[in-house]
Amino acid sequence: MLFFLGAGFILAALIPFFHRITGRWTAYIASLYPIAVFIYLLQRINSPAQRHTISWVPSLGLDFSIRLDGLSLILAFLVSGIGALVLIYGGAYLKNHPYLGRFYGLILFFMASMLGVVSSDNALLLFGFWELTGISSFLLIGFDHDNPSARAAAWQALLVTGAGSLAMLIGFILIFQVTGSWSLLTWIENGALVKVSSHYPAIFWLILAGAATKSAQFPFHFWLPNAMAAPTPISAYLHSATMVKAGVFLLARFLPVLGGTLLWKTTLPILGILTLLTAGLLMIAQHDLKKLLAYTTVGALGLMVCLIGLENKYAIEALVVFILAHGLYKGALFLVSGSIDHSTGTRDVRILYGLAKKMPFSLAAALPAALSMAGILPLLGFVAKELVYEAGIASPKNALLMIGMMLGNGLMAAGAGWVGVKPFFKRQSTPEERDFHRDHVHEGSFAFWLPPLILSFLSLTFGLAPGLLLPLVKSAVTAVTLQNIDFKLALWHGFTPALGWSALTLLLAGLVYLMYSKLEPRAFTIFNHLKPFGPADLYDRGIQNLKRLAAWQTRILQSGYLRRYIITIIMTTVFFAVLIIARYGIELSRLISFSISGVRFYDVILTIIIIVSAILATRTQSRLATIALLGSIGYSIALIYLFYSAPDLAMVQIAIETLTVILFILVIYRLPKFDRITTPPRRRLDIVVAALGGGLMTILMLLVSSATVGSPLTDYYLQNSVALANGRNVVNVILVDFRGLDTFGEISVLAIAALGVLALIGPSLQKKITAQILNEAGDRNNAGKSRIHRSIILPVAARYLMPLMLLFSIFLLIRGHNEAGGGFVGGLVAAAGFMLYGIAESPQAILRLIPLQPRAIMAIGLSIAVLSVSMPLFTGLPLMTGLWYPQPVAFLGKIGTPLLFDVGVYLIVIAITLMILINAAREESLR
Amino acid sequence: MTLLLAVTAGILFATGLYMMLRRSLVKILIGLLLLSYAVNLLLFSSGKLTPGKPPIISFTGASIITANYADPVPQVLILTAIVISFGLTAFAVVLILKAHQTIGVDDLDQLRATDVLSEEDHTRELDLEEIDHCESEGDE
Repeated sequence: MLFFLGAGFILAALIPFFHRITGRWTAYIASLYPIAVFIYLLQRINSPAQRHTISWVPSLGLDFSIRLDGLSLILAFLVSGIGALVLIYGGAYLKNHPYLGRFYGLILFFMASMLGVVSSDNALLLFGFWELTGISSFLLIGFDHDNPSARAAAWQALLVTGAGSLAMLIGFILIFQVTGSWSLLTWIENGALVKVSSHYPAIFWLILAGAATKSAQFPFHFWLPNAMAAPTPISAYLHSATMVKAGVFLLARFLPVLGGTLLWKTTLPILGILTLLTAGLLMIAQHDLKKLLAYTTVGALGLMVCLIGLENKYAIEALVVFILAHGLYKGALFLVSGSIDHSTGTRDVRILYGLAKKMPFSLAAALPAALSMAGILPLLGFVAKELVYEAGIASPKNALLMIGMMLGNGLMAAGAGWVGVKPFFKRQSTPEERDFHRDHVHEGSFAFWLPPLILSFLSLTFGLAPGLLLPLVKSAVTAVTLQNIDFKLALWHGFTPALGWSALTLLLAGLVYLMYSKLEPRAFTIFNHLKPFGPADLYDRGIQNLKRLAAWQTRILQSGYLRRYIITIIMTTVFFAVLIIARYGIELSRLISFSISGVRFYDVILTIIIIVSAILATRTQSRLATIALLGSIGYSIALIYLFYSAPDLAMVQIAIETLTVILFILVIYRLPKFDRITTPPRRRLDIVVAALGGGLMTILMLLVSSATVGSPLTDYYLQNSVALANGRNVVNVILVDFRGLDTFGEISVLAIAALGVLALIGPSLQKKITAQILNEAGDRNNAGKSRIHRSIILPVAARYLMPLMLLFSIFLLIRGHNEAGGGFVGGLVAAAGFMLYGIAESPQAILRLIPLQPRAIMAIGLSIAVLSVSMPLFTGLPLMTGLWYPQPVAFLGKIGTPLLFDVGVYLIVIAITLMILINAAREESLR
Repeated sequence: MTLLLAVTAGILFATGLYMMLRRSLVKILIGLLLLSYAVNLLLFSSGKLTPGKPPIISFTGASIITANYADPVPQVLILTAIVISFGLTAFAVVLILKAHQTIGVDDLDQLRATDVLSEEDHTRELDLEEIDHCESEGDE
């Protein structure tokens, strides 16, 4: 079974692609899968249920645990058998439909999910498959996604069943808390434990919610008729024969766990009969073949739920036989109604008439199915109905129950007549203008009538010889009741009270059937008046209000003003920080006295420079002054780094600060002016918020530095830097070796930022720039005419300084592993050298100077980094292991892959810096 | 010194926040830069401030006394943060330039055409038209 489940999902994913090759044969190829499943299931009828488990996420108790017992088999037979027929039928019904391939894929996807639902032994797994059936149902109802009502119906089905399944999941979790296991088998064995637990009522209602939504019980019945927006083969398969029975299956499965209590025995029959009668009455107002069938399906599901609640010897037997009988006749009737629709172009039962002669095969399929549905001899439906009445009679206090069943069944039987008999035999009585094109009516190809005919044939065969089903039914009943009950299946039970109830039912059905044309319009009017109070409207209103709520809170929270977001974030953080400080208490005085020691006079000077610059930066209106102030902050911080033992940081900070200033200088006159836009009261509010945030930062910093616990990581790095990574500069060793993967991610991010700059400049501009470079090359001799007055000192100095800086950068790169330096700072210094030359001459001059585009250098750098990172893989070591050349090399010392990695970093840093700055500068010269 | 550094970082953070609360695009960028200075200082102070003992192992004996050196971990974090924030700044500068050229405004409040919910639809379309118009001009 595990194999078939896996194969089903794989096939579902592949079949849309096969369809392009196999064309009209796809249906037959796809149907091989359910046929294979069917044959496999046949062999399993008499073998005992076994559990196969594959461990999946043991820590969560989630195992891939499969167990096929009798109850599973019943459903699995319906899923695979009807599935095969529906695939063939659907191939003809949706012929030339652009999404036919998708149809096959989705049907197979659903099929595998449904087989998973019925065979799972792990509750979490069951829930997963359960959700997958819901999703495939959503996709299939919305199959014609151009149609807004189909989309709405799909959403409705998904939301209703999805909400139910969440409730079910909570129920599962509660059972887990009681039993300590996720295995359904364990749950069944420990049913008594669950029933006495205090959680029992909650569990019962939650699981019932899951089952009732899935199986469209009152008051959740409304989604099923709406789901008829799907193409007919889908309705036949999911929304009558298989998926909607998942709820019934769930209740039957949980009968040993939850059943037998007063709550169970009262709630389920009432719910079932209520659903049956509601569906029966609502059905009268329908005239669409599919909607009629949908309501009878709801009714049948109600009857099934009722049977599970009765819980006597006949009830479960009746349930099993009824599930089979219903699958057979309802599938056939749906498929026939699809054929009628396809052939006549209408599904309106008021219009259709006299199809018997034109569509004989469809009639041959429809008639036994309708008779079986009405419960007439000698079909399987009769056997099922007799058993249902036996079960009803056997239960105590049965008078109301029997009347309810009789009324419901009578209405269902009348519906069977309207769908399966009336269109074929009715004489023409409709006015001419509403007539369909009768002359075009024809029988479809065999794919249209053979599948329903097979189903009807089975209804007849099993009706005449119900003993054929005995082993299957027995094992199913045993699986549900856990008892070995001895019984026989027979068509004729003799003149029993049940037969009398059957006769009454048929009498009622006959009356209703004949009065259809009178009843239908009246019922329609009545239900139209009642509609505003119905659950369907409640659902609509609920959804509308939910959307309104979402829009309202979005308007509040997402105002579109960055300011408000920032204020919200800061104030929330401050609020919680104050809360925590108030709770645990912080001795500020102690913190301050602790951290006041060790102040040197240049510390004071540097911090004063930073503070004054920062405050001035918020006040000034001059763009150039702001940049200068930012520079002074940056260089001061670099000095702090230098004083407190971080030479690498100081170098990088100085280099970056220089490049940032260059960047701003290049673009400054195109930046917008610093206008004061906001009003003074606004600014005062902002100052308060900013001061609160800043204050929090100060306290945070004091707290962090007062913590006395050192990081074990630090000691590890310091201890092992020389021993494991052959480098004495620990900062560089961490960057290129211990945490090399982080650095690799970082340089990739930088590369993406540079590409982003390139993309923003835009391709059209790029072309113009290339053209400009070509022009400029020709105009070099006319440099004197340039509009910018150039100094002589700078170009001369730059010409000598640049090579020196490049040399120095290589020196930094090489010494980086053992002394202050490294790829980052080396690359930045080299880029600064190039930019110096660029400012002195022109940015384009840099491009003429280097043989490759910066983009290409970046690619080379990344490739070197990738190579150095992945080289250990070739020697069988894990990714990023440092490989070292055994002997020290002249000038370089020990060499190895981490150094190569640093070279990659060096190249990338040069490349991205040049890409960013040259592009920013180029735009300048274009304006 | 820790106290001094904490106060400095706090003021940097406050000025950065204040600038980020402005409506002018460039001021927001400046705010971002100030914030990143402040955060780097926060990281820096999370290691002990140790003058004159950079984490460069001076001898290669078997036993290395680790307590003396400055903590390398925050330094590594800051180093990458500095370089990344340069990438961020560069990208933001070019983005602001491009936005300024295309839309022609600097006020953040006038850049809301794309993310406002249920504003009157007609004003929204008008804005978009303007943008289209500006773009076609910008390409010329």
